[in-house]
Formats: sequence, C-alpha cells, structure tokens
Amino acid sequence: MTQQVGMFVDTSLCIGCKACQVACKEWNGLPVEKEVYFTGHSYDNTKHLSAYTWRHVKFIEQFNEDRTEGRWLFLSDSCKHCNDAPCMEVCPTDALVRTEFGTVFVDQDVCIGCANCVAACPFGVIQIEEEKGVAQKCTLCYDRLQNGQEPACAAACPTGAIRFGSIDALKAVAHDRLETLHRRGETRANIYGEDILGGLNVFYLLLDKPAVYGLPEAPRSANKHTATSFGLGALGLAALGIVGLVSFKDQRMKARQEAQENKDETISS
Amino acid sequence: MLAKITRREFLKRSGAVATATTFMTLAGGKPTFVKAKRAVIPQNMKKGKTYVTVCPYCAIGCSLLVTVSEGKIIDIQGNPDSPINEGKVCSKGAAAFQLVKNKARQTKVLYRAPGASEWEEKDWDWALDRVAERIKETRDRTFIEEKDGARLMVTPSIAHLGGSTNENEWLYLHIKLLRTLGIVNIDDNARLCHASTVPALSGSFGRGAMTMAVQDFYHSDLIIIMGSNMAENHPIGFQWVLKAKEERGAKVIVIDPRFTRTAALADQYIAIRPGSDIVLLGALIRYILENEKYFKDYVLNYTNASFIVNESYQDTEDLDGVFAGYDPDKGIYNSKMWDYEREERPAAEKEPETLTEKIADTLRKGPPKRDMTLQHPRSVFQILRKHYARYTPELVEKMTGIPEATFYELAETIIERTGRDKTASIVYSMGWTQHTVGAQIIRAGTILLGLLGSVGRPGGGVAAMRGHSNVQGASDFPLLSNYLMGYIPYPGQSARTLEDYLLAVSKPTGWMSNTPKYVVSLLKAWFGEAATPERDFGFDALPRAFGDHTLFGFLDQMNKGSIEGLIQMGQNIVTGGQNASFIRTRALPKLKWMVVVDPFLTETATFWKDSPEVKAQELRPEDIQTEVFFFPAAIFAEKSGSVTNTGRTAQWRDKAADPPGEAKGDLWFTYELGRRIKKLYASSTLQRDWGIRHLTWDYEPEDGGEGPDIMKILKEINGYTVTDGQHVKTFLDLKDDGTTACGNWLYAGSYPEPGHNRLADREKGEGYSLNWGFTWPANRHILYNRASSDMSGRPWSENKKLIWWDAVEKKWTGLDVPDFPVTKAPDAEPKAAGIGLDAHSGSAPFIMQPDGVMQLFAPLVDGPLPTHYEPVETPVGNLLYPKYPHNPVTVYYRDINELHGVANPSYPYIITTYRLTEHWHGGAMSRNVPWLSELMPELFAEIAPELAREIGVKGGDWVEIKTERGRIRARALVSRRIRPYVIDGKIFQVIGLPIHWGYAGDVVHGDITNDLTSIVGEPNSRIHESKVFTAHIRRLETST
Repeated sequence: MTQQVGMFVDTSLCIGCKACQVACKEWNGLPVEKEVYFTGHSYDNTKHLSAYTWRHVKFIEQFNEDRTEGRWLFLSDSCKHCNDAPCMEVCPTDALVRTEFGTVFVDQDVCIGCANCVAACPFGVIQIEEEKGVAQKCTLCYDRLQNGQEPACAAACPTGAIRFGSIDALKAVAHDRLETLHRRGETRANIYGEDILGGLNVFYLLLDKPAVYGLPEAPRSANKHTATSFGLGALGLAALGIVGLVSFKDQRMKARQEAQENKDETISS
Repeated sequence: MLAKITRREFLKRSGAVATATTFMTLAGGKPTFVKAKRAVIPQNMKKGKTYVTVCPYCAIGCSLLVTVSEGKIIDIQGNPDSPINEGKVCSKGAAAFQLVKNKARQTKVLYRAPGASEWEEKDWDWALDRVAERIKETRDRTFIEEKDGARLMVTPSIAHLGGSTNENEWLYLHIKLLRTLGIVNIDDNARLCHASTVPALSGSFGRGAMTMAVQDFYHSDLIIIMGSNMAENHPIGFQWVLKAKEERGAKVIVIDPRFTRTAALADQYIAIRPGSDIVLLGALIRYILENEKYFKDYVLNYTNASFIVNESYQDTEDLDGVFAGYDPDKGIYNSKMWDYEREERPAAEKEPETLTEKIADTLRKGPPKRDMTLQHPRSVFQILRKHYARYTPELVEKMTGIPEATFYELAETIIERTGRDKTASIVYSMGWTQHTVGAQIIRAGTILLGLLGSVGRPGGGVAAMRGHSNVQGASDFPLLSNYLMGYIPYPGQSARTLEDYLLAVSKPTGWMSNTPKYVVSLLKAWFGEAATPERDFGFDALPRAFGDHTLFGFLDQMNKGSIEGLIQMGQNIVTGGQNASFIRTRALPKLKWMVVVDPFLTETATFWKDSPEVKAQELRPEDIQTEVFFFPAAIFAEKSGSVTNTGRTAQWRDKAADPPGEAKGDLWFTYELGRRIKKLYASSTLQRDWGIRHLTWDYEPEDGGEGPDIMKILKEINGYTVTDGQHVKTFLDLKDDGTTACGNWLYAGSYPEPGHNRLADREKGEGYSLNWGFTWPANRHILYNRASSDMSGRPWSENKKLIWWDAVEKKWTGLDVPDFPVTKAPDAEPKAAGIGLDAHSGSAPFIMQPDGVMQLFAPLVDGPLPTHYEPVETPVGNLLYPKYPHNPVTVYYRDINELHGVANPSYPYIITTYRLTEHWHGGAMSRNVPWLSELMPELFAEIAPELAREIGVKGGDWVEIKTERGRIRARALVSRRIRPYVIDGKIFQVIGLPIHWGYAGDVVHGDITNDLTSIVGEPNSRIHESKVFTAHIRRLETST
C-alpha cells in the first residue's frame, strides 16, 4: 500500500493570497459560484466551501479598539480527509472511498446525490452539485497523486503554508513549527486535527483556538449504527420514496459503463 | 455483461468491490453496509507538450509551464525549475489559464466610423491600410520641421500609450517606428507606476532600477516594507522575504497607513499617516547621523558625504522651505546652484581622438573637492545633518502618528541589523512613487541605506517592486517620452546636430561617457547603410522633444484639440488613468482617430459607447467624431519574446499556441503597420521622410513564412559588427564610428552568437542562478556589487561576501558577475584628467555616477535632498515649512482639474488608493477572469468603525465618495485594519479604495476609482498623487 499522505496547513505562513483557491479551480476545472457578491466580511467573498469551491481561504480580523494589538488571520480550508470520515460512514453507496493514498475520494460514478455526507461532515466540506446531482469536494488532487505530483494548491502556495507529504513527516514539521512559534511568544498557537476523527490527514497549525477559525473543537464521528445516521442512509431514502432516484442513477451508471466499454472496444479493435 | 468488461474498466472497478456490493444489495432492497476498502480508481491527467512562458501579471517574472494538447492550451502551472518562483504562483498566476481561455477575448477586427453608435467587423488588411493612411495623412498635415529657430522634425498630433505587458522585441520595433514617424508624445504604463523611481535611483546610485535580485531578500537581515504591499501585489517576491524571516531570522517591518496582508505577516507593523513618509525617513537619517551609527568606512569612501558643495548652495533650513535657485514665478529650480566646489580642470594628457573622447573632453570639469574629516560646513555630511536637524522623534509623532517610543524602537532595530555583518533591504512600490514628492521619498530611502552601507551587498539594497510583467522592459526599451533607449535621455529642441545632442546627454566621467558609442550604434541599427558620418548617422530623423510629452502633457494637449490620433496598446487609460472622467469626456472624444490593440474590449475601446456619461445621455455617440480601430491581440502564451522582471532578469516566452480567431501578436501588428507605412512613403524625396524610407525593416524569415523573424530583431537589439554581421558579445564591443549597430546597449550580449539566445537560458543553478535568463547589465544580478568589499577588495565580512579581488589572478571574482572593470585593482588611482572610468579609483563602486560614489546629495529637479512637503491635497499644513505646504515645483495641470488644497472643509477625509491580490490594475485582465472576479466582485471602500459610525454606515452599505473631479459609489468594508490618525492634535479619518473596477466586460462591474483622482505631476517624472488626496464620503440609501 502507498503510504498515508496528507497536508499540513501552517496558517502562520499564509498570506491570504487565495492562490490555492484558484489553483484548485484551475486544475479541477471548477466554475465560479452561481451567486457572486460582496459580503462585507473582511476579504472573503466566497464565504464557504461548496460544490464549486473545494478550497476556501478564511479571513479573521482581531483588533482591539485602539489598535495597539491586532492580527489578521488567514486559513486555507478544504476537506480534511479524516481517518474516521463521517461522510464515508453514512454513504449508502460507498461512493466515498478511501484511496490508495489514504485520502477520501468521491467516486462520481457511484454517488447518488443523497446528501447524507453533506449532513454528516462536521466541517461543511461536502456539497451536492445540483446539475450533476453528485457530491463534490476536494480530492486532494487524486489524479496528480497518481502521477507523482503534489496537489495543485500545495504546488501553487507561494509561502509553503500548504505542505504536502507523508503524514509522519508533516507531523514532525508541524511540531517543530509549533515549538518555534511558542518560543516566539505565540502562546495560543496549536495544532488542530491530530486527535480528532481518528486524525485528520489535512491538519493545521492555528494561531488561535479552533473556534476562532470556525472549526469544531471536538467533532463527533458519525455512527452508522445510530438511528439517525441509519435513517439518513438507505432506509431513509426508501422512506422518502426516492429509491427510484437510486434506480435511475443505477440505470445512468450502466448506460455510461456500456458506452465506455464500447469506446474501449473500439479503441482496442 | 461481466464478460464484456474491458481490462481498464476491470481495473477501475476492482478496487471498489464494496461499492458494487452495496449497489447490488440496494437494488435487491435490503441495505447492508460494507466498510469501504482502499480503492484504486485510475484518474486521467492533463497531458501534452509543455512550453515555458512568463506570467502576464506583475513583474516578479514567475515562470509558467503551458501544456498544449492538439494545438490547444489545456493547462498552465508554475514552473518548478525557475529560481525565481520555484513553481509557485499567486491567485492571478493560478488563473492565467482562464485569462487565455476566456470568452470575453475579442477575436475580430472592429471598426467604429466617426459618430457611429455601433462597431462593425472589418478585416485586418482593410483596417491596417486605413490606419497607415490615417497616420500618414495626420503626420504630413501637421509635421513641424523648424519652429522658433529650433530643429524639431516632429509629428505633434499623434500620441502613443501603453505597452508594459508586451515583449521587449515588440517594444523595440514599435519605438523604432514611432520615433521615425516623428512622434514624441509617447508614454506607457511605467509613467503611472514607477516613473519617479528612475530619477531617484539613478540620482543616488547611477541606474534607475532595483539594485538587487528578487531572490536576494533571502540574504537580508532586515527587510523594511514601506510604500509596498508586497504580500498582496507581489506574493511570489514576498515568499523570499518570508523565507528570510523564517529560515534566517530576518526581521520584517511593515510601515503602511493600512494594516495589509503584508502587515499580517510582519514582525512589526507601524501605522503611518499617508503622505508623511519623508518625516519618518528624515528622522531616521538624523538619528543615525547624530548617534554616529552610520557605516563609517562605507560612507566615507563609497558615498559623496565628504564632497564639498558650492557656496551658492542654500538649504531649505535657510530659506524657509526652498533650496537656493528657486524661481517662484516659473516654479522651477536652477540646480547649478547646488554643484560641488571643484578643483581646477586639469590639462588633458592627450588629444582626444574618438567622438567619445572629444565629447567627454569638452564636458570635463575639475574633480570635486573633498574633506575626508567630514567636518567642512559645506560637506555633504554636514549639510545632511543641518537639513534633517528638525526631523526629530517628537515631530515624527506629531506629523506621522507614529509614537515616539515606536520610532526609537524602529531606529534601534535598523542600527542593530546593519553594518559589516548584516544588511538591510527596503521594499517600496506605489506607496512611495505616487506622490508629488515621490522621487524624494525614494531618495530618502536610498540615503538611509547608503548611510547604513547596505547597497551593493547580499541582501542589501533598494527594491522597487514593479507591477507589470514587462514594465521594466518598457523602461529599458522606453515607450517613454523622456528616453531614447537604455536610459539615454531623449534629444530636446536644443539638439540641432548629433554633437549638440551628445554634449547635452553624455557624461565626461563614469560609465555614461560611453553614451556616444551607444547612440551611434543605435542610429546604425535603425538606418543601416544610410547612417553615414556625413549624415550624422541619421540623427536628424529623430524628432526632438519640445514640451511636456508625458501622458499628462499629451492628455492636456488632447483636451486642447491638438492631438488628433492615439495608438493604445496594452493600457486601459479610462480606468488606469487619473481623473478618468476627464479622459472619457474631455480628452478622448476630441481625437479624430484612435487605435486600440488589446485582447479585451476595454473601457478605453468602448468609451464612445458604454461610458457612464453616454449611458446617462450626457454624451451622445453621434457627437463623438472619433474613428476607432480595435485590433484583437494575442496574449502572453500565444507569442514569443522576452520580458524583463523587476530584478532586471529578462526571460523568454515560448509561443505555446496560436491566438484565437483573428487575434494577432503585437509584433506582427507593428511589423505589418511599418511595412504599409514604408510603402506609402517609398517614393517621397522629402527630407522629413528620409528616416522612414531608410528605416531598416528587413525581418522577413529566411524560410519565407510569416514575418517578422523575431530572431532578426533580437540580433539587431543585441548588436553586430556592420561589416560582417557578427554578433557583439557585450556592450564593450560597441563603437562610436559607425562600425557597430546595436538597438539597445543594455541588452548587448543577450544574443551573443547565432543559436544562443541567453534570454531563453533556463539553467537553475546555485546562488543567483546566473544562467537563468539574461540580467542586464552584462548579467550582473546585484548592482554596484563592488561595494560588497572594502577598499582593499576584501569582503566586509565573510557571511556577506559577494565579489572580491583575487590578488593572485589579479581580477574580481565571486558569486555574481562583477559590476566593475574585472581587472581594475582596488588600489588603482584615479586619473585627474581621465575620462570615463579612468577618472575613478579602484574603490569607486558606483561606476555609473560621474564621481564613482553613491550620491547622498543628488541634484534632482526638486532639490538635492528629500524635504517634507504635504500632498497637494491635505487636511493639515506643513508643520516644518509653513510657507511651502506643497512641493514648490509640483507640476499643475490647471486646465484639467481643480485641487482641494490644504484643510478644505468640503473634503475632510484622507483617501488612499491601491490594488488587491485578486485583481490587476485597470481590471481588463482580472475582471474578465471569473475565477478572480468571484474573489473580489465589487468595488469597496475600507473605512474604520469610527468613520462608519460618524457617517451612519455598516459593513456592506453603499457609500458615495466625492472629490472635485467626480463621485463614485462603493460598498463599505468596515474594519479596524483602517485607523484614524491624530495629527498635530486633530483626528483624521482615512478611506481606502482599490482601483480595479470599470464598466467593460461581462463578469463584474463597478465605478471607476480614478474618477476621483487628479492629474498633477511630480516634478521629476510627472507621476500622479493617487496614494493620498482628500475626499468626502456619505452613506447612500441604494446603489443608484
């Protein structure tokens, strides 16, 4: 098996340039948000992750009234590729798969768009893309990983705030960095994501409490055996009378598969 | 069905067995969950042939890889091999793909007949022929050969604007064509961004360019970012600053009126009131002088501190705010009053023989007198002390808003982090340049670094962060009214002959005594065999400047109706120009014809149709009799050629694919236009047409394909010997007798032999990566690097070594190419009657300067020393010089606009304008890019909560901002990053406003910030003052 890879996002190096956000759209061919408008919230006008925005830079302003103290914090947010991924737990079709790199990937051909994962993700990462009717999120550039390249965001990041690599190596870097920052008097600096949801494969060095960045302190794992999650699963689908949708999706899948087979045959003959 | 599954499909599915199981179970009705196993789902990857290019946005020069499949560009990524960006890009660079593959790109030639309300499509041939005819007709009708006894040879009625995103080879060709047509009204984007840099940096150091390489910040121990928002506007340059901070422990200090994304990453942020920079810098200079913390050996030997100034000199301290030689009626200085006291002119050692020697000998003066004790009251050192005596920490607090304690801390940090072992760099940008004292703010920064001995050394220097991918190139190849080529000043009306001209612009001592060689070689390149000595090498074909031909000068002329035609390429003056509504409504509509070459239909191209004034029916298209030609241009990845980054490194762009539709490269446009114009003049026998007829324009490719052959142009730029066509290797090969031709001496050696285009060298090496591109001059990366060693040629310290004297080999050697004669020993004596570098000793690092030293005291148009004046619009008077609130030699354009003056009660707020990471300048290259537009969709005004309360506004509300020039609407962004300033006991609020919006394109729109700014000229460079002016702001109920 390929070793577990992931990302260490060091917010103390982030300059909020949004290169990662655009590089992600460029590589993955993602369109802009359907509605584009000025939010009035610092330099953030895309607000959150979505089916079209798999990476999003958050802006947090912390200034006291007389400006004797002030910080402008940035965080490049994306799917955390959790080891205990709630989205995977609740997916009725197992469209959310654990890849050979240990990342979490939405198999577009298998997703039925039930949105269980949307509800299950404690970070608001996954969204359903309405036109295709499938869940969308960061793939950690699965295609690039298979071709020996780092994800597009990490490749673009001007300052090395997004570091890609083996989780073990990244953890060592993160702890070194944390020590450095503590030494410099950044007492509120902390590492986020090592000990939640079985460990996040995209984890962070934060300069303040997770809540400041809108991150949950202790997100709970979804339990597929609980009534809720089960209800949101296949039974839920049945109860809502949308099994037909699943069947439709199944038909679509088959048609696509056949078309692909025909194409493959054409190529091989 | 299973049997039909292909191998590929099997592989794809085999990893997802669990998925299939789930599906089958679901279909069967009873759900059973199976934990997903590790899956392998093979993914397709974008694959194709890759080409190397350079990012089209700012001037860091990030190398990009363009992937092409089946002739189409499918992807653009950062190039990991580049020593400059190491594969990194910012949000704009990341969006470069969408700039190329963009629905808003124009692909047809468009024509607007005078008075028409719509475009019509035309073909290239028709439109180019028509433009050539219009140029000829306008030129022939308005040409001036002589006026008031002066030889002009000028076409006064045609102007050109723009070009700093286009390649050097095009710049060269276009300049050649324009000048030969007699056009003097020539300017480009550099006028509006770094025009003040050139006189300031060349005044202090000799060359008007950034002294260091982008990567060299890594070696700094202290980086002061003042007047630059580097993390936002040059993020990839900023990576080197952060690396220095994190890996080497460098200290980063940001001094800015706003808390920016750059400030967010700094060790220390210091808030400064806009327009008070010289007070702070002057006080730092004073602190260092009075506490004797300057680098003594460096200051004594490598600067003009010991030089003695004439008795005629009087300081602003003597004359209440002006220097000696001030003419209040004309508003100008006579700088002769500030010359040095000199020794007698020594007799020449030999008769001058060459043209260069004759010119230098005529200009030669006696060497300046020096007092190495620095005690003489008229020594530069003592003049400096006196000049800044009142720039105290108390005054800093009173005028800039910086607390005294913060000032002391800053001063001590600077002292602690400079010296023999340590170096500091200063990063600046438009926050310094765009002021009526712009050049003098920069000069103050250079004086500070000079005193600290931090120039010409690793990690030490002045970094002018430039903002267009080739704005450095567009200054080196100047589409600028005041330069001929390679920073040689443009001929004025006093130059009837070549000799007159050379006597006016050449120097007797220092490197620029070589000017005659460069000018004659240029004329040979342009006029070929016709450029004979008897004909002054064709000098008479160059039009002479006879007035203010800068952008503001010719906009003024346009308003008065004397400019008939405008060619605009790669600049969008209606959003990027100051007092934009004036430009739309009073300047452009008076043109008889206008040519726009651009990838997008800009606000400028459509001013007659889509401007707010036309929409509001204040102007009617039928009343605008301007004939408009729009030519769709290729974009960076679709053309070849070199661009020069802010650190003077020129890099080659490979053409990756053809432009869409009928779009064409700029080089082809100018080449074709030139061919057509030459044809129109082929049979003329008039003297005024001599230049056009003899202009060398032979760039047909050998293979008979479509011209021009860019390598032929490159060879002409590089230079060659006339008799055998051999490429010259360096500018040392150039001659003043007509035996060599060279288009631009600075780029001599960039194409040293057939088959070796150094601009396309892409070898990432150790240190300064000397074989990545070509860095002018002569591939020297750190300018004045002789200053990295002491007088005996040894590095000031081991960890700051750069170049040094190898006593065994008897030559200079080291980590960079020496910016010094390689075999000139450190102990070489100056020759009293010497010309050129013979007049300098072996310890004179600033070889471009006549005296070989850095000029702490330098005669600029507005004085020899930086002095604080308030902006032309300011809420407070000048506490230092109450008689002179503003720079006394500011250039006003009173026919164009009104100014608010001092403490105007109608306009009580300070306003500053700027750029954002997510957008680019006038907006055509970012507002048309959806990925960038969604990040910053609307124009906003940043205000402090205190001001928001005062005017009853909350975040997201609409506000109206007003000046005497115009009014605009914006959304309020309320933030404590913006702060009020307490100046002389009163509170002043600041409004921050980005500049990128406009009415063209179909992605995002907004009002034009430049409707508020004014046209007013910094005296050295005619740059504007958009970094600080005054305004009124109020809440609006709605956006309309």
